[in-house]
Amino acid sequence: MSWLTLGELIHTTLVFATAIIFASLGGVFSEKSGVTNLGLEGLMVFGAFAAGVGGFYAEQAGLGGTSAAWVGVLSAAVFGILVSLIHAVASITFKADQVISGIVINFLAAGSTLYMVKLLFEGDGDTGRIQGFSEISIPYLVDIPIAGKAFFQAYPTTYLAILLVIIGYFTLYKTPFGLRLRSVGEHPGAADTVGIKVNRLRYIGVMISGALAGIGGATITLTTTNMFSHNTVSGQGYIAIAAMIFGKWNPLGAFGAAVFFGFSQAIRNYVQLFAWSQSIPQEIIFMLPYLLTIIVLVAAVGRSRAPAALGQLYDPSKR
Amino acid sequence: MANLLKIFTKDSFVLALVSIILGLLLGAVVMLIGGYDPIVAYSALFSRVYGDSYNFGEAIREMTPLILTGLAFAFAARAGLFNIGGEGQFLVGMTAASIVGIKLHGLPAIIHAPLAVIAGAVFGGLWAAIAGYLKAKRGVNEVITCIMMNWIGLYLANLVINQFALLEGENRSVDIQPSASISIEWLSQMMGNARVHWGTVIALLAAVFFYIFMWKTKQGYELRAVGFNQDASRYAGMNVNRNIVKAMFISGVFAGLAGAFEVLGVFHYQSVMAGSPGTGFDGIAVALIGMNNPFGVLLGSVLFGTLTYGSAGMSFSADVPPEIIRVVIGSIIFFIAAQGIVRWVVKPLYSKRKKEKVL
Repeated sequence: MSWLTLGELIHTTLVFATAIIFASLGGVFSEKSGVTNLGLEGLMVFGAFAAGVGGFYAEQAGLGGTSAAWVGVLSAAVFGILVSLIHAVASITFKADQVISGIVINFLAAGSTLYMVKLLFEGDGDTGRIQGFSEISIPYLVDIPIAGKAFFQAYPTTYLAILLVIIGYFTLYKTPFGLRLRSVGEHPGAADTVGIKVNRLRYIGVMISGALAGIGGATITLTTTNMFSHNTVSGQGYIAIAAMIFGKWNPLGAFGAAVFFGFSQAIRNYVQLFAWSQSIPQEIIFMLPYLLTIIVLVAAVGRSRAPAALGQLYDPSKR
Repeated sequence: MANLLKIFTKDSFVLALVSIILGLLLGAVVMLIGGYDPIVAYSALFSRVYGDSYNFGEAIREMTPLILTGLAFAFAARAGLFNIGGEGQFLVGMTAASIVGIKLHGLPAIIHAPLAVIAGAVFGGLWAAIAGYLKAKRGVNEVITCIMMNWIGLYLANLVINQFALLEGENRSVDIQPSASISIEWLSQMMGNARVHWGTVIALLAAVFFYIFMWKTKQGYELRAVGFNQDASRYAGMNVNRNIVKAMFISGVFAGLAGAFEVLGVFHYQSVMAGSPGTGFDGIAVALIGMNNPFGVLLGSVLFGTLTYGSAGMSFSADVPPEIIRVVIGSIIFFIAAQGIVRWVVKPLYSKRKKEKVL
């Protein structure tokens, strides 16, 4: 492998990782507040859909490619928040099982987005093609050999994802809000005693996850596929759940895990450049990332500890 | 029988029924918003499934794997495990059954077919047991291993078919030996060649087995105890780790059977797949509708199978996008889960009845 392709490999890794970074960061916020979120996949689908439709109509309205794409991102965030409220209302207010109401989101997403796309685009199973984001390169830095191509030429969403990881980490661990959010996920009873509004914080946690997972879905529509159809997201949300657990419910950990998954997806494209890879069945190369994850989990990471009150209802009368 | 009824209390039955009605109503509202006639759509749906014997047989074929993947999820859930890996177990079971069905020659059907079914069940079980073992021994969250095992299972299935059993020039395996088939030929001929098979009978028996095992045996009691409270079970002298692996194995057996029947009873070959078929995930929905009760799972799969199989008829005759049915199913699960909402809806009915009694 030449050094040139190494730069490209890192570049592709970041492209694949971006959506997972957003969604798993969202998952961290929800689960740190004590609400299991298995609906990440569905939230991403809704986000990818909203970005496709929003971006399409923004382009129709005459907005340029990049600003239309930002409209798509914004619609995805708003739509993600709205949908995540279903999860919040069911699991927090109506005390439904959090696992189930997350799965409901996935079900609703698969059906309703395709239904809506068919309504809006006269029976077609996808939105029209949209321009989406184009890569931006940072002047001068992009000329650095290898690293330039690797880190300084990317979609704006990738930079946004990295920025949000830093902000997310800071918010969770360095601000009073983050402390409260975490306390609600660890020991809601104690949090309530000192006057923290448990349910309100859980709503906020779930809504943040909706916004971020929505944007995660949007990045797939706006950078990779350039349209929305039923298989745009195809399992990335489940990978994001895995990344969140893998990263031990920490924004930086989730980021690392997401990059790992992005890398293992990117490496598929590159392994095939080598002569020796021709003798290996393709399926084995496809399997590698998932196999590696299990091996890493078993060998190095060991027990990951979820927030103590994760998945539990908070019932003040039982305090 | 009394115990059986106790599990299926009147209350939970009413709640489920109201949830289904609410889900169908919500679906109707969404159809109205989209400019479709829900009455035409729903009648097209039900008349497709229950209109003629061919479609009825095909609907039953569609329900069969759902019963089993539903049982798979429900069984693990009873033991406190979240088996989201039904998809992978389904595929691995399918592949094992295919290989036995294709590669073994010259066996009488009475041996060959059961052998292929058993292969599917065992490999499905082992696939799930890996996740159980890693949870028990290494504390690795079963959700994450199951997700990974789903993908590995998909590519493993394709690898095995591509390497060992590919029909030249096609994207599928060669046909299984006729002796491995579990199709019911005479019934199929009676039903206009609907692909009915013995797997349906086994699926029903599996539900009965689930009930007896879980609620009538010491082993089942242990699994449920571990599901309720691991620490208490450990204190009571139960081997929690072994129970976790066992529960996952049996859960995977159900899902593996589902996959085996699809090859041995329905298609008679295995396709190379671009993506997961989704049967394992649908089983989660079925189990949730059935509230993790084996007989609830049967009813759940009848409902799920009717809605999904019938939805094709809906798009044929009423031109309604069939995806709407997933919204209906999602809402039904939502209402079953969020019983608070349903109780709130049902409350006026109950209180009225009480007043009548007073009068």
